[in-house]
Amino acid sequence: MVTPLRVVIALCLVAPFVAMLWVGSYAKTDPVVIGIPFFYWYQMLWVLLSTGLTMIAYKLWQRDQRARSASKGGASK
Amino acid sequence: MNDGVNGVALAVFLFFFLLVTAMGFMAARWRKAENEHSLDEWGLGGRSFGTWVTWFLLGGDLYTAYTFVAVPAAIYAAGAAGFFAVPYTILVYPLIFTFLPRLWSVSHKHGYVTTSDFVRGRFGSKGLSLAVAVTGILATMPYIALQLVGIQAVLDVMGVGGGETTNWFVKDLPLLIAFGVLAAYTYSSGLRAPALIAFVKDTLIYLVIAVAIIYIPIKLGGFDEIFASASEAYSQTNPATGAPRGALVPGDAGQWTYATLALGSALALFMYPHSITATLSSRSREVIRRNTTILPLYSLMLGLLALLGFMAIAAGVKVQNGQLAIPQLFENMFPAWFAGVAFAAIGIGALVPAAIMSIAAANLFTRNIYKDFIKPDATPKQETQVSKIVSLLVKVGALVFVLTMDKTVAINFQLLGGIWILQTFPALVGGLFTRWFHRWALIGGWAVGMIYGTVAAYGVASPTQKHFGGSAKEIPGIGEIGYIGLTAFVLNVVVTVVLTFVMRALKAPEGVDQTKPEDYTADAGDPGVQVELPPATAGSSTH
Repeated sequence: MVTPLRVVIALCLVAPFVAMLWVGSYAKTDPVVIGIPFFYWYQMLWVLLSTGLTMIAYKLWQRDQRARSASKGGASK
Repeated sequence: MNDGVNGVALAVFLFFFLLVTAMGFMAARWRKAENEHSLDEWGLGGRSFGTWVTWFLLGGDLYTAYTFVAVPAAIYAAGAAGFFAVPYTILVYPLIFTFLPRLWSVSHKHGYVTTSDFVRGRFGSKGLSLAVAVTGILATMPYIALQLVGIQAVLDVMGVGGGETTNWFVKDLPLLIAFGVLAAYTYSSGLRAPALIAFVKDTLIYLVIAVAIIYIPIKLGGFDEIFASASEAYSQTNPATGAPRGALVPGDAGQWTYATLALGSALALFMYPHSITATLSSRSREVIRRNTTILPLYSLMLGLLALLGFMAIAAGVKVQNGQLAIPQLFENMFPAWFAGVAFAAIGIGALVPAAIMSIAAANLFTRNIYKDFIKPDATPKQETQVSKIVSLLVKVGALVFVLTMDKTVAINFQLLGGIWILQTFPALVGGLFTRWFHRWALIGGWAVGMIYGTVAAYGVASPTQKHFGGSAKEIPGIGEIGYIGLTAFVLNVVVTVVLTFVMRALKAPEGVDQTKPEDYTADAGDPGVQVELPPATAGSSTH
């Protein structure tokens, strides 16, 4: 069943794919930060962003599961 | 590589090696279960690991010594192209989040130990299960061999590997000892040994990276200097190809390769038997999901580690064999005792995955070849015994491989292994979500993917090699250069879908599905989910 919550979960999980597979968006040197070219620090930044997104997805998923088991009288998890 | 033996570094290295050896043997008594003669116990650590143990185990398993040596080595050799390992590990976690909890649930409900167990249960096809098992074993063997290559690199730089003129036995003796010890404690302790040793490994690795990423740039004059000298080095023309050595950012032509390598490798990673073994050893499906939010810490570490490749260039490390770049950088930059710690980190980093991989390959053989085809009435005790022996054979095989063949052969096979293992994706992940695919169609798709991937990889030449020179080739119909594994995978899926329609039309028998829809979401404590092998003592000290 598609609920708004699940759409958000899906978006959180899909976002890293769009960002990372679109190599053209980050294949450049500038801006350089503390001597590290954009290409490198941007991808490392995405490690943190994707972690954050996965965490959000995890929390939302837990909420989704609780809602579901409540509506089913706690029969399934 | 070196003029003499680095005594201090060697002493520190030996200290840590002895420490983990003792831990490896003691691990047999850690969280021991009531019934120790079962494959769940030896091969999956009693399926009892909590969040932190699983985190260390998976981290120790996926980020191998070879990764530590090879990723910076690739950067050292060619620059940006080697950095694809970072987006690759970023993409892995959303994938795990989506499909591994389902695999965990169905495996617990039905007592599956391997992916092939699941495939057989889902599609009722021993043939498909055999294809998955054989692919898994074939892909794992060279991976274990590469762990040995990692240890060898460290031993070489420490000066104990001997030179070209040394007698082969003396030269390989340290490696033989290391692997003898590894084999012995894996045999006696099973998956518990690497799980316990992984703590030491990761502590050392994090320590070394943290120090390296601060200390080395200070010594080299900051990242500006490092990237400036790297940029200059990449612009030099490589005499073998007549093209520049590399680049700091991928050019237009390299972007498809970069993206397809990242995606293909991410899809492949969790098809490897050793990743699945580590996942199934966790206590609940929550443990897996929670782990996807803390595992990326390793990706960050990998990114920092990759930067060491640039530092090796800036530090003027000149090695013929790129694999030696990072150990040599440590040797040049660090005081001897800390170089010893760094070498120990890489060495132990090889032992953990080698142990898990040999266990995973052994489980596949036992469950899906021995039990399915040779001795269907094997008792759990016999299964465990066979698995233990096979884990030894697998390691001996890897050792023979490394000692008798050129290193590049192991690397070539590892490259092929990645392409091959990706071809089990439709059966496994497809099976987790739908029963629509026909079992024979899946076998057909698998075969086409395997053949295309192997032939295509064979045809790739590089300046130094006529065949298996790389893992990227022109994608038919698109014209861009892309990862062969991913092209083969797309071909595999297309063939599977087409054949499924054909099989349906011919009314070919579907096979019996053991599983029910609710099996895929069951969690520990639900009715029917065995809480496997209660531990003899409540081991809660680790989480």
